[in-house]
Amino acid sequence: MDSALILQARNLTKRYGANIIFQDISLDVQKGETIVIIGPSGTGKSTLLRCLNLLTHVDSGQIFLEGEEITAPGINEDRVRQQIGMVFQNFLLFNHLTALDNVMLGLTKVRKLPKPQAHEKAMHELARVGLADRAGHYPGQLSGGQQQRVAIARALAMDPKVMLFDEPTSALDPELIGEVLGVMAQLARENMTMLVVTHEMGFAREVADRIVFMEKGHIVEQGAPDDLFERPQHARTREFLWKITELYGKKEKK
Amino acid sequence: MSAFIELFLRFLPDLLSGAAMTLLLTAEGLAAGFVLGLLAALGRTYGSKVWHALATAYIELFRGTPLLMQIFLLYYGLPGFGITLSREWAAFLALGLNSGAYQAEYLRGSILAIGEGQMIAGRAIGLSRWKTIWHIILPQALRLAIPAWANEPVSLLKSTAVVFLIAVPELMAKAKAIAAKTYDPIGAYLAAAVLYLVMVYLLDAFMKWMERKSLIPGLETK
Repeated sequence: MDSALILQARNLTKRYGANIIFQDISLDVQKGETIVIIGPSGTGKSTLLRCLNLLTHVDSGQIFLEGEEITAPGINEDRVRQQIGMVFQNFLLFNHLTALDNVMLGLTKVRKLPKPQAHEKAMHELARVGLADRAGHYPGQLSGGQQQRVAIARALAMDPKVMLFDEPTSALDPELIGEVLGVMAQLARENMTMLVVTHEMGFAREVADRIVFMEKGHIVEQGAPDDLFERPQHARTREFLWKITELYGKKEKK
Repeated sequence: MSAFIELFLRFLPDLLSGAAMTLLLTAEGLAAGFVLGLLAALGRTYGSKVWHALATAYIELFRGTPLLMQIFLLYYGLPGFGITLSREWAAFLALGLNSGAYQAEYLRGSILAIGEGQMIAGRAIGLSRWKTIWHIILPQALRLAIPAWANEPVSLLKSTAVVFLIAVPELMAKAKAIAAKTYDPIGAYLAAAVLYLVMVYLLDAFMKWMERKSLIPGLETK
C-alpha cells in the first residue's frame, strides 16, 4: 500500500454558538487507508465528516487534501467537494431521477462529460455496487439498501480521492445492512481511502485499518482494530466498547 | 329556456371572442406571474438579503391590496408619471403582478418542503448552490406545487372579469354589452357564466392531467 498522506486535519475546532462540537482534532489519513470513527452519539463525528468536505466550516484549524490547504480563503469549494465523496445516513438520493440519472448528474453537470461517456461511466459504477439491473428505477422503487448503494455509486462516479461515510447503515433494516457493508468492504479492498462513522463493530473490526474513538468532541484513543478492541488504553473506550457489544451482541463477529 | 338558447346562439361569436380574450389574459397573467412568483419565491428561500427584502415587499404589496385598485393605479395612475399604458397592457401587468404574488407563496411552500437534505446531497457531489437549486430542488418543488398551485389558473381566470372596468373586451365586458343591447341581463350574464364554467372545467381537467404526468414513480401517495 502506498503510504502517502492524502488528507490531513490540523487542530480543527467547531462550535455552534457557545456549544463546542469538537475541539483541537488532528487526524492524518494515509492513501488507501480505511478509518472507522466510533463513539457515542453527539460527540461530533458526523460534524467532523461534514467539515472535512466543507459542507460545514470549522471555526479554526486547517484541512489539507494532497498537501493543498482546502480551508484556505478563496478556495473553490465545489471543486474540493467533487474530490471528496460523501454518503449519508438517510441516502439523500435525488428523488425525481432514476438510479442511472442520479449517478450521471454529477458527471454531466459537474465534470461536463458528454452524455454517452457519462452513461457508460454511470453504468460501470452501478455495476460496481451490484445494481446495473436497477438503473431505470426511481429511488422510491428501491429498497433502503439499494438506495444507499446507488448513493455510493453516485459518489464513486466523481472518482473521489477520499470517501466519507456518515452512519451509512443506521437507517437500514437489519437484513439490508449486509449488502451495504459488503460494498464498502469491497471498496476498502480496492484501496479506496475511506473515513467511516458507524456503530457496526463487526465491520470496524474486519475492514478498518485504524479505529478512532471520539467522545465529547475529542479523539480519546486510536489504533489498529485488534489493539483497540482487545487492549483499549482508556477507561472510557473500554466502557463504550462494552456497551456497544452488549447492544449489538456478538453476532457481529462472523 | 328557448329564449335563452336563442340569445346564446345569436351572440355566440361575440361571447367566444370575449372568452378568447379572457383566456389570453389568463395565460399571459399566469405566465408573467409564474416568472415573477418563481423569482420572489427563490428570493425568499435562497436569495440574498436585498433580493429577499424585495421579494417580501412585492408579495405583501400585491397580496395586501385589491386587484381592482392595482388595475386602476396602473391604468389611471401611471399616466400621472408620464407612462400611458393601453388597456390590454394595464390589464396584463396588473394580473401578472397580482398572480405572481400568490404564485410566489405556493412555490415558496413547496421549495421549503423539499428540504435541506437535497441541497446537501447536491453540494456533496460538487454542484454549486444555484446548480443544485436548478437541477435538484426546482424539478421536485415544481411537481410538489402543482396540486395547490392548480387553484391559481382557475382563480386568475375568474379574476380577469374585473378588467371590464377599464373596458378590455373580455367575456364579462361582452356580457355587459349584450345585456345593454337586449335588455336581458339574466340571459346575457348566464350565457357568460356557461362559458366561464366550461373554461374552468377544461382548465381543471388540464391541471389534473399535468399532476398525473408529473408524478415521480415510487413516490405516489395512495
